[in-house]
Amino acid sequence: MRTLRILLEKEFRQIFRNPAILRLIFMMPTIQLLIMPLAADYEVKNVKLCVVDLDRSAYSQKLVNKITSTNYFRLVDYTHSYDEALKYVEKDEADLVLQIPASFEKQLVTEEKTTLFLAINAINGVKANLGGAYLRSIIVDFNREVRLDWIQLPRLNVQPKLEVAAINWFNPLMNYQVFMVPGILVILVTMVGGFLSALNIVKEKEVGTIEQINVTPIRKHQFILGKLIPFWVLGLIILSIGMVISWLAYGIVPLGSMLTIYLFAGVYLLVVLGMGLLISTFVQTQQQAMLLSFFFMMIFIMLGGLYTSIESMPDWARIFTWFNPVSYFIEVMRMVVLKGSTLFDIRYHLLIVFLMGIMLNGFAVYNYRKRS
Amino acid sequence: MKQFLFFVQKEFFHLWRDKRTVWILFGMPVTQILIFGFALTNEVKNARIVVLDNAQDGASRAIIHELSASRYFDILRNLRSPDELERTFQEGKIKMAVVLPAGLENTMLHERTATIQLIADATDPNVAQTLANYATAIIMDYQQRQLGEQTVPYTINTEMRMLYNPQLKESYNFVPGVMAMVLMLVCAMMTSISIVREKEMGTMEVILVSPIVPIRVVIAKMVPYFLLSALNIASILLLSVFVLDVPIRGTLLLLVAECLLFTITALALGLLISSVAESQQVAMLISLMGLFLPTIMLSGFMFPVENMPVPLQIISNLVPAKWFYYIVKNVMIKGLTLEYVWKETLVLVGMTTFFMTVSILKFKTRLE
Repeated sequence: MRTLRILLEKEFRQIFRNPAILRLIFMMPTIQLLIMPLAADYEVKNVKLCVVDLDRSAYSQKLVNKITSTNYFRLVDYTHSYDEALKYVEKDEADLVLQIPASFEKQLVTEEKTTLFLAINAINGVKANLGGAYLRSIIVDFNREVRLDWIQLPRLNVQPKLEVAAINWFNPLMNYQVFMVPGILVILVTMVGGFLSALNIVKEKEVGTIEQINVTPIRKHQFILGKLIPFWVLGLIILSIGMVISWLAYGIVPLGSMLTIYLFAGVYLLVVLGMGLLISTFVQTQQQAMLLSFFFMMIFIMLGGLYTSIESMPDWARIFTWFNPVSYFIEVMRMVVLKGSTLFDIRYHLLIVFLMGIMLNGFAVYNYRKRS
Repeated sequence: MKQFLFFVQKEFFHLWRDKRTVWILFGMPVTQILIFGFALTNEVKNARIVVLDNAQDGASRAIIHELSASRYFDILRNLRSPDELERTFQEGKIKMAVVLPAGLENTMLHERTATIQLIADATDPNVAQTLANYATAIIMDYQQRQLGEQTVPYTINTEMRMLYNPQLKESYNFVPGVMAMVLMLVCAMMTSISIVREKEMGTMEVILVSPIVPIRVVIAKMVPYFLLSALNIASILLLSVFVLDVPIRGTLLLLVAECLLFTITALALGLLISSVAESQQVAMLISLMGLFLPTIMLSGFMFPVENMPVPLQIISNLVPAKWFYYIVKNVMIKGLTLEYVWKETLVLVGMTTFFMTVSILKFKTRLE
C-alpha cells in the first residue's frame, strides 16, 4: 500500500511538473466541446435550387413562388437553359435543378397531364433523397391546389382516410446539439485517457528511467496501478468539466442520475486506460505507441455510433461494435443524459465494459516485463 | 545538393530501421479506408421499433405486416399496454413506437379518419425525422392500395434523375472524406515528432553545429514520409476503385497531383507543430487531439458546411481537409477538370507555403 502511495506521488508530480501537457489536456477538450457541437447539424435545410423555366407562364411562376417560400430551398438562379443550370451543380453552387417544360401550363390545362424534370446532385445520397422528397411533396401540394382551381371536389371526402401523427419524445425541439454534446464529451475523455496512458510507460522506456523502476521491489501490478490511477482521476476531472460546460453552454442537465454516469465513466476509463497501458507494454517508442493507439481509437470512434448510426452498418461492423467500448459509453451517456435511464437499464452495458476492463488491465500487467 | 541528399539518406535510415512504424504507417490508411468505406453510412435501415396494436383487426395487421416487410424497420416485439412504452425507450433498444388506435379498420371504413401515432426517440433528430417519414410513406402507400388506382385529372408528374451517383451509394460521399481525414491525420502525425524527437534525444545539437541550413533540414525530413505517403495514396486509390467501387471520372493525373499536394500540406503542418512543440508528447497531442475532431466535423463530409453558424463556416476555411474534400469530390466523382478546382488548389498551395515558411522561421539554430 505504501509503495503504491509513493508511486502515485511520483506520477502526480510528473504530471504537474509539465504545465504544457496539463494545459493541453484541459484546454483542448474545453475549446472543442464549446465549438464542435455547433457544427453538427444534419437537418436538411438551405438546399440550393436552380430553376430552369422554359414555360414562363403564370403557373410556373406560382410553382416557383411556392417552392421558394419554404425554408428548405434557396433559389440560386432562375434560368432558361438546362446546361447553364448544370454548370451550377458542377460548381457545387446548386444541389437541385428543377426543369419546367416549355408547354407546362398548356399541357396541364389541355392534356390534363404534364411532367416536371428534377435533377439532383446525388453524391451525398441522403441529402439528395431528402431534398428530392421535400420538393416532390411541395409539387404534390401545388398539384392539389391546381385541381381545386379547376374542378369542384365533392365537399365531403368519401375516401377512407388514415392520418399519421408523429410525436418526438425526449427531444421535442429536435435539437441536434442535445444529441451531439454527450457523444463528443465521450470522445474527448477517451482521447485524453487513451493517448496519455499509451505514451506514459513507453516514455519511461525511451528515456531509460524504466530501468530504475525495474531494479526496485515494486510489483508489476503496483506499477500498473500507479500508472492507471492518476489518469483515471484526470479522466473524471475532464468529464466533470465537460458536464459543467454542457450545462452552461448548452443547457443540458442529465435526466438520469449523476451517480450512474460517474459509475459507468469510472469503469469505462479502466478500459480506455487499460488499452493504452497494454499498447505501451508492447511497443518500443512513443511514436509507435501513438500510432497504434491512434489506429484503434479512430476505428472505435468512427464506428462508435456518434456520427453514423450503428443499425445501418453492415453485419460485420455491427458485430464489431459489441467489442467497442466507445459505442457502449456513447449509448449509455445518451440514455442516461437524454432519456433518464437508470442503473438497472444499463446493467448489461456496465457488466460488459467491466469485463473488458479486467481483461485489458490483466493482460497489461501480465505483459509488462521487468526484464528487458 | 550532395549535403542535402546525405540528409535525406539519414532520414530514410531513421524511418526504415523502425520496421514496426513503417508497417503501421503503411497498413493503417489501407485498413481504415476499407473499414470506413464499407461501414460508414448515413442511410437509416434496420431500425428497431415496437408496435402497440390496440386494434387487432385486419387493417392493423396489414399495416404491421407492411412495416415489418420494409428494410427500414425491424419490429422488435408487440407491446400490450401503453405503460410499457417509456420503459422500452429507456432501455435504449428502440428508435420508434407505432401506436395503432382501437377499432382501426372500423373507424377507417365508417367514420373516415383514423389516426395512427408514431412516437419517435428524438434524441437523434435526424433518425427520428427520417423514420417518421418512412413509416408515413408506408402507411400512405397501404391506403393508396386500398383505394385502388384512380386517374385524376390535372396531374403533375415528376421525373427524377440522380446526377453523378444514380444508385445513391454512400461510399461516393464517404470515400473522398475518409481520404482527406486519413491522409491529413497520418501525414501530420508522421512529421509532427520528427524535429522535436531530435531535440528530446539530444541529436539536434549535432545537426545545429553542422553547416547545413534550416530549410534543408526541414525539407529533408519531409522526403521519406512523402514517398511513403505516395505509396499510401496509390493503395488508397486502388482500393477505392476496385474494392469500394468508387469511380475516378476525372483525369487520374490531376487526382494524384492533388493528393500529393495535400500530402505535402499535411506534412508541412506536422513540421510546423514539431518546430513549436517542446516535447514529443505535446506534438502528438496537438497533431491528434487538435486535428482529429476539426478534420472530421468541419471538413463538410459528415455535416454540411452550409448548415453551420456563420462564425464556424469561417473557421472551417482554415481546415485544409475541407478544401481537399471538395477537390476530390469534384475531380474523382464529378469528373471536373482543373479549371473548376484551381481556386481550391491555390488555397492548399498557399497553406503549404505558410506552414513551411513558419516552420523554417521557427526552427531555432540555437538550443535554449
